Amino acid sequence: MAEVLHTLSAAELGRRLAAGTLTSRALCAALIARYDVLNDKVGAFTHLDRADVLAQADASDARRQAGQGRGPLEGIPVAIKDNIAVQGQPLTCSSKMLASLVSPYDSHVAERLRAAGVILYGRLNMDEFAMGSSTENSAVRKTFNPWDLTRIPGGSSGGSAAALAAGLVPLSLGSDTGGSIRQPASHCGVVGLKPTYGLVSRFGLVAFASSLDQIGPMARSVEDCELLLAALASADARDMTCFGSDERTLTAAGEAKKLRIGIPKGFLGKGVAPEVAAAVNAAIEFYRAQGCAISEVELPSADLAVPTYYVVATAEASSNLGRYDGVRYGHRSAQASTPVEMMTNSRSEGFGPEVKRRILLGTFVLSAGYADAYYNRALRARAKIRSEYLAALSQVDVLLTPTVPTPAFKVGEKASDPLQLYLEDIFTIPANLAGLPALSVPCGQSGHLPVGFHLVGAPLSEAKLLAAGRLFEAAHGFAHQQSTL
Amino acid sequence: MSSSSDWEVVIGLEVHVQLHTRAKVFASSSWGFGQEPNEQVDPVVLGLPGTLPVVNHEAVEKSILFGLVVGAEIPAHCAWDRKNYFYPDNPKNYQLTQKDFPVVIGGSVEIELPGPSRNVMGEHKHVRIHHAHLEEDVGKLSHAGSGSLVDYNRAGVPLLEIVTEPDLRSSAEAEAFLRALVAMLTQAGVADCDMEKGQLRCDCNVSIRHPGAPLGTRTETKNLNSISSVRDTVIFETARQIRELEAGRTITQETRGWNADLGRGYVLRDKEDAHDYRYFPDPDIPTLELSRATVERLAKQVPENLFDRQRRYMDTLGLPFTAASVLVAHRELAEWFELSVAAHPANPQGIANLVANDLLRDLSAAGSTTGFDEAAPAPVSLSSCPIKPAQLAGLVKLTDEGVISKQQAKEVFAEMFKSGQDAAAIVDAKGLRQNSDTGELEKIIQEVIADPAVAKSIAEYRAGNEKAINALKGPIMKRTQGKANPGLIDQLLRKALG
Repeated sequence: MAEVLHTLSAAELGRRLAAGTLTSRALCAALIARYDVLNDKVGAFTHLDRADVLAQADASDARRQAGQGRGPLEGIPVAIKDNIAVQGQPLTCSSKMLASLVSPYDSHVAERLRAAGVILYGRLNMDEFAMGSSTENSAVRKTFNPWDLTRIPGGSSGGSAAALAAGLVPLSLGSDTGGSIRQPASHCGVVGLKPTYGLVSRFGLVAFASSLDQIGPMARSVEDCELLLAALASADARDMTCFGSDERTLTAAGEAKKLRIGIPKGFLGKGVAPEVAAAVNAAIEFYRAQGCAISEVELPSADLAVPTYYVVATAEASSNLGRYDGVRYGHRSAQASTPVEMMTNSRSEGFGPEVKRRILLGTFVLSAGYADAYYNRALRARAKIRSEYLAALSQVDVLLTPTVPTPAFKVGEKASDPLQLYLEDIFTIPANLAGLPALSVPCGQSGHLPVGFHLVGAPLSEAKLLAAGRLFEAAHGFAHQQSTL
Repeated sequence: MSSSSDWEVVIGLEVHVQLHTRAKVFASSSWGFGQEPNEQVDPVVLGLPGTLPVVNHEAVEKSILFGLVVGAEIPAHCAWDRKNYFYPDNPKNYQLTQKDFPVVIGGSVEIELPGPSRNVMGEHKHVRIHHAHLEEDVGKLSHAGSGSLVDYNRAGVPLLEIVTEPDLRSSAEAEAFLRALVAMLTQAGVADCDMEKGQLRCDCNVSIRHPGAPLGTRTETKNLNSISSVRDTVIFETARQIRELEAGRTITQETRGWNADLGRGYVLRDKEDAHDYRYFPDPDIPTLELSRATVERLAKQVPENLFDRQRRYMDTLGLPFTAASVLVAHRELAEWFELSVAAHPANPQGIANLVANDLLRDLSAAGSTTGFDEAAPAPVSLSSCPIKPAQLAGLVKLTDEGVISKQQAKEVFAEMFKSGQDAAAIVDAKGLRQNSDTGELEKIIQEVIADPAVAKSIAEYRAGNEKAINALKGPIMKRTQGKANPGLIDQLLRKALG
């Protein structure tokens, strides 16, 4: 049985664990064996403490034996992006700056997962400080797309998506600031949800852009994604922007076949690869055939989203990353004679080029004399985008677009062209700017590469998005699809 | 050329006050003075990756209370901004402060200038508050040998920055403002203002002009940690600016420091080197609503204004300025005094004399501190005072009723302070009750005035020398062994002498 465990969904694994036909130890041992064979090829993980994983698995099995199981995720491994704090585990953000950091505390989501009986399974590679769309900006290692090892897995949660697609783990956590969950999910053929801003606590998530960041679930099926989301979403007094949710938010979906689906005008036009457009159009036709009302909606300010994002996100990042100065923790330069020189040199040595680029950009847009032309103007554009999205979502239940305009590109292909790379997030960014929930679901292939479609809903409409995703998934063979590694 | 007397100095202050709270302003760690370095920290205070600030509502309420004390507007909302700058004592390399939406807007502080003498009340005036904002304190960097050490105990301590309008016109006014402000902050329980512990620091903006002219270019002297430093800075900076302008030079807008040991200021940085703090709204703290229910609840905690109380003591209770000003300086003392007056309303002055002189002297004998304000009276603790307000009232009542003399009252007071007993019990135990038996006293008086040794004094008294009568009182008091009521002796003696 061990050889197929990596293909099973978390829901199925949970049923087998509950039935007593599987132990968490056997599951984890099988995944560790697969990790030992595949991780060097895929590069999804940056850290795995085998002994700790097996100890957690034994503890879970003992709880279950004692009748003290903690719910549907008891004994199931969840791998975590390396920017989410787990006490006693590395918290490097795939940066040289934090290479030596071990978190002294648990994030809120880590606490929630422990309370759900989850095995906190290893650390996942990412673009340094979540800045990037290909995971090529990791200072630790490259991650490759399990569907084609010459291609990028997407990013910044590239490790989270690749680990799922390679069958290294059934569930993972990502974080999403402009598409960092959904874009790699699309490129790796898995499901990724960015929750409504404030649904999941950011306490313990290393901040990139605080007003945009959300932790979200990633899985090989919509059902699994939903299972993990239920464990994550809860109010937390340590994050003033987190309001959590009640059961209703996650379950009151209504009838998926009656959903009104809006197609933003122009989103399937130029820049979208023909195979991607074809797969997404097929998904639209599927929903129409199911009885959903399909209509076109106007989002006139959508073109402003990418420039707005790169002003707001970099402004916040330039401040959020100020704390990495070598004084209290992290990389400290040996080449300094004064405290201020030490801080300067530590930052110059510790950060990679993309992080430096964004800090410089963010510092510039907040500078005296420029803040009005850039930062304050971006805030106005953001408000406009948000109000247009909310207006559109008062007419329809969800908006449907491609997740990414093109399939995964070759490693190194866009490394020297950051502007081209920034366009990877053109469809995903507005949901972050507007604080809306958004889901990427696999819907076909472009050649041998996965393609996903993207659903955006009104605040706290996760249940609708997930119901729509499930409807599609049930009728297609894409759920649980895996690369042939 | 103008003479120095033509110059007017214009002063505005920015006072940074550490609020009296249990926890830090955006984290749950507690704070206090004197702990070992870096003991009062937690992941939030240290700015560990992934940590977030959470507003401490106690700090917000203390800020609102301050606003209500100075009659300010409490806006419907306040919000925090990030002030970005790199320094090792700043754990996040940004400071959370309130740039655009402070918690307190406007208000004013009444101040009292020194009078022509100690016994005469000086002029009063109002100093307008521009606003007050709630921010976090930073840590402390120190240099030791070839290295640097940083202590984050102070980082994240709630700091209320109170910004005045440029309403102060002399070093004396600046001093008077700070004294009044400290009294108001401590009496309302907003802050302890222990300047020796750095709980109150001041930035001092000074400019000069000819009266009626537009404001001159100002300099800002930062981080003054005593009232005398503020006073000396104003004096130094005024003289320096007059010297500069009268020599035909201009004043540079600059940030200055103060060396208290040398008694001189120095340039820290000029306008060209001014920081660009890249302020922007903190995305981690949503705009905070300041509910009217909270404001109304806090309004009930606002104590009587210091000078309103002083006026009431002088106008209604008839106290002299000196006693009134001593009593109102400490809220606890004033309230103790008022409890005593309530127990014996007939003689507030008598009670005030004992409280302001004897009681305060004996309480202060135990210990005293000096801090930011070296001239201020040492704080007293009445919680351990052995005499209760009603007991002191009892003593004054015994004196007023002629049971004991004022001289004896001092002796009884000392015994009360030692033992905590009631005045009446001490009077009885010591047999101090004055002799008011007229018949016996008249007999003694007759014997004394019959003594030829006093004939001369009697003759002088009868000739109109009023003071001569006192020479007769000593021998009478002596024969009663000091127990006679002096008032009664005087009355009967005059009658006997006709």
